[in-house]
Amino acid sequence: MSSEIAHIFSEPPARSTRIPGPPPVPAPAEVELTIDGSLVSVPAGSTILDACRARSIEIPTLCFLENLTPVNACRVCVVEVAGARTLVPACSRRVESGMDVQTASERVRHSRRLVLELLASSVDLSTAPGVAEMLDAYGADPARFGPAAPPAPAGERDAHQPGHHHASDGASAATVAQPVTVDNDLYIRDYAKCILCYKCVEACGVDAQNTFAIAVAGRGFDAHISTEYATPLPASACVYCGNCIGVCPTGALMFRSEHEMRAAGTWDEAAQARTDTICPYCGVGCTLTLHVQEGTIVKVTSPLDASITEGHLCVKGRFGFTFMGRGGTTAGDGA
Amino acid sequence: MFGAGGGTSSYREVEETDLVILWGSNARETHPIFFHHLLRGVRRGARLYAVDPRRTSSAAWADTWLGIDVGSDIALANAIGREIIAAGLENRAFVERATSGFDAYRAKVDSYTLAYAERETGVPAERIRELAHAYATAPRAMICWTLGITEHHNGVDNVLALISLALLTGHVGRYGSGLNPLRGQNNVQGGGDMGALPDRLPGFQHVEQDALRTPFDEAWGVTVPPKRGKHLSAMFDAMEHGELTALYVIGENPVQSEADQGKAIRLLSGLDHLVVQDIFLTPTAQLADVVLPAAAAWAETEGTVTNSERRVQRVRKALEPPGQARDDLAIIFELARRLGAEWGEPSAEAVWDELRRLSPVHAGMSYPRLEAAGGLQWPCYDETHPGELFLHSRLWEDPVPGNRAPFVPVDHDPPVDRLDADFPIRLTTGRRLDSYNTGVQSGGYRSPLRRGESLDLSPEDVARHRLADGERVRVVSRRGAVETPVRTDPSLRPGLAFMTLHFQDDVATNLLTIDATDPKSGTAEFKATAIRIEKLGETRRRGAAAAAGTTLAREP
Repeated sequence: MSSEIAHIFSEPPARSTRIPGPPPVPAPAEVELTIDGSLVSVPAGSTILDACRARSIEIPTLCFLENLTPVNACRVCVVEVAGARTLVPACSRRVESGMDVQTASERVRHSRRLVLELLASSVDLSTAPGVAEMLDAYGADPARFGPAAPPAPAGERDAHQPGHHHASDGASAATVAQPVTVDNDLYIRDYAKCILCYKCVEACGVDAQNTFAIAVAGRGFDAHISTEYATPLPASACVYCGNCIGVCPTGALMFRSEHEMRAAGTWDEAAQARTDTICPYCGVGCTLTLHVQEGTIVKVTSPLDASITEGHLCVKGRFGFTFMGRGGTTAGDGA
Repeated sequence: MFGAGGGTSSYREVEETDLVILWGSNARETHPIFFHHLLRGVRRGARLYAVDPRRTSSAAWADTWLGIDVGSDIALANAIGREIIAAGLENRAFVERATSGFDAYRAKVDSYTLAYAERETGVPAERIRELAHAYATAPRAMICWTLGITEHHNGVDNVLALISLALLTGHVGRYGSGLNPLRGQNNVQGGGDMGALPDRLPGFQHVEQDALRTPFDEAWGVTVPPKRGKHLSAMFDAMEHGELTALYVIGENPVQSEADQGKAIRLLSGLDHLVVQDIFLTPTAQLADVVLPAAAAWAETEGTVTNSERRVQRVRKALEPPGQARDDLAIIFELARRLGAEWGEPSAEAVWDELRRLSPVHAGMSYPRLEAAGGLQWPCYDETHPGELFLHSRLWEDPVPGNRAPFVPVDHDPPVDRLDADFPIRLTTGRRLDSYNTGVQSGGYRSPLRRGESLDLSPEDVARHRLADGERVRVVSRRGAVETPVRTDPSLRPGLAFMTLHFQDDVATNLLTIDATDPKSGTAEFKATAIRIEKLGETRRRGAAAAAGTTLAREP
């Protein structure tokens, strides 16, 4: 390298006269619609859910997540649109000019109540944050379908062929109860808690990880999340990013350590401090939220609104913290 | 580049670019969350070219994989440059307005014909031509690289060859077009930015530039030595010559991370005094006269780190450090006190504010702003400045403020460790998804993906050596030998082998690697070792290997 060029490399570059930014995008037009009798104006392309949240109108959701494509699976976000034959899912339906939306009509409340009753009668929602409050809010009575049917033995639901499901005799409520799948050291799959929201499939697929280790298999009530041929995770394409855990709304997918602490009665969310920091591995700079209980990191997540991760991590970021040891002191606790 | 030591683009730009060349980078496994952004670009229609000796899991996503022979990157880059010029596809207006040295570059690459490049790189001429035309004609295009470019005896020249391609086509300084080294450690960018380079003061300011150094003299009340120091490899040379006799190592494990491990251990053991500051009692710390136990800087201290898109982000304390471990800052303040300088015990934020006063590119990044914005990208000159999404936009102003960007012509120079009849196989090294560097951090969690070290070989080579998957073999280089199991890897071509540095306690891969280093960066040629494979139980050549002073790894 000539000395003249070396000089250029050793001087700070001149400043740009303009601050570089992305190419300008024209602001979307505003769309006017009526929500619960009030005229509102939102950017074109918004969903009804966006419009409601901007006005603090509460819409319950289970299968919706900001960083995933809406799949319209759970139907708890349905609202009534004047002139529409059916209720529409607020999470994916785009606003249209002149739309007249009812978010809390009796038809809407009845539908949400029934959806919640069907889910809660067939699925263990004991670790699903916010669902108990939803059941209360809609007066849902999942017990009205009768006592829960006995759980399926391990592997039985995976073996069901499409079309082989038989209607219940009406004396008991059909459920997805089955034993927990524990086939690796990092996370467990408790499909007795699965509401088939598809979020894990999306996070494993095109919405984030693009690994495609899991998909929805089966039909009707026998539909379930499965690896290819229901093979154990270590024999599947899984790379243990844990992004499926990050998006699971019910705790069906869970760190194995959390699962074991819950079983031992030592999991204490109220006693956990959460601290955002940056991953100690590669140079991408992913934000990690460290969940610390009694001086031990017990779980790692990432904020959905972190510009780099959008909530998603890799195996090292999510699970590679154990070198920090156990049983230390949480920052600020008596040190 | 061009005086600013950082990647030019932001991650969001790779989602909106039209073409990405991933060159010497297996980002799918080494930078997985960056790869999420890249895949979003691919799904929106960006074409992906992977230039890599291995058909990696990243290359599996590429439209075209260019399976380059290890260490022939400049031959390929120069041939691409020549083809772009020959086809008249260079961005003439950009070259004339914003660059210097084009004529010398054109003259240099003139001999790099497609036929020559095919011979030197192993990449079919038609693929090279296709890449040249696609890159030059894409509205927006990025080159991203990792250690496959830099861990060579001429790593800096490799980078210069890639920069020339961007200058030739104008693929730098615009949204969606840029040059991006993906940084391998969470703060390797920040460490350099803070002056942990032998020729730089904080803010990437060159220590030999009087005007840049003087403010530090004034702020610190001392005379900062006006000459650059030594990079790591030069330090090892100085140890060898008895010039350097005491060493203070902070957060590095050179016993296991340096190439030619036998030599590194000998030199570190021969020091008069070795101090190691680390969160673990690493094999390097075990050699030390004094160990200073440090807090883990990502979860036990407050501070900042800087990532591959130049974003400075806060790290925060979630845990108290165990036992006697202390914050790096506290250790340094205590050392200073014992050396007679009373600095008190300023907070991480106070230290950062001193940095902001001395580094113009960080001046606007107050802690409250970093908190509120979720990190800011340098340069950020004042508290009203939003930080820069991409660098070098000045090259698109007319006239260009400041210096033009120089073409620096470079020549192909093959790896130092030559292949011959005794050492016919090219060993290259890299990371696997679930592991990291020498394994001191990543070795602790129970990854279902972890298989331990292996010598990965093409199916053809496994057959040719009459080996079985899992069979233990002796791997011999000109410097040492290790024993490790063989694993068949269809992503490898005949003549190419792969190992990692993740399991050095079990298989010390760095006994094999060569310490041929780039004189400018000090980085060793980890990517190109000449080896041979010996079946265990075969006595042929064992005497020769022992005579070469080999050390065998202990059994796993």
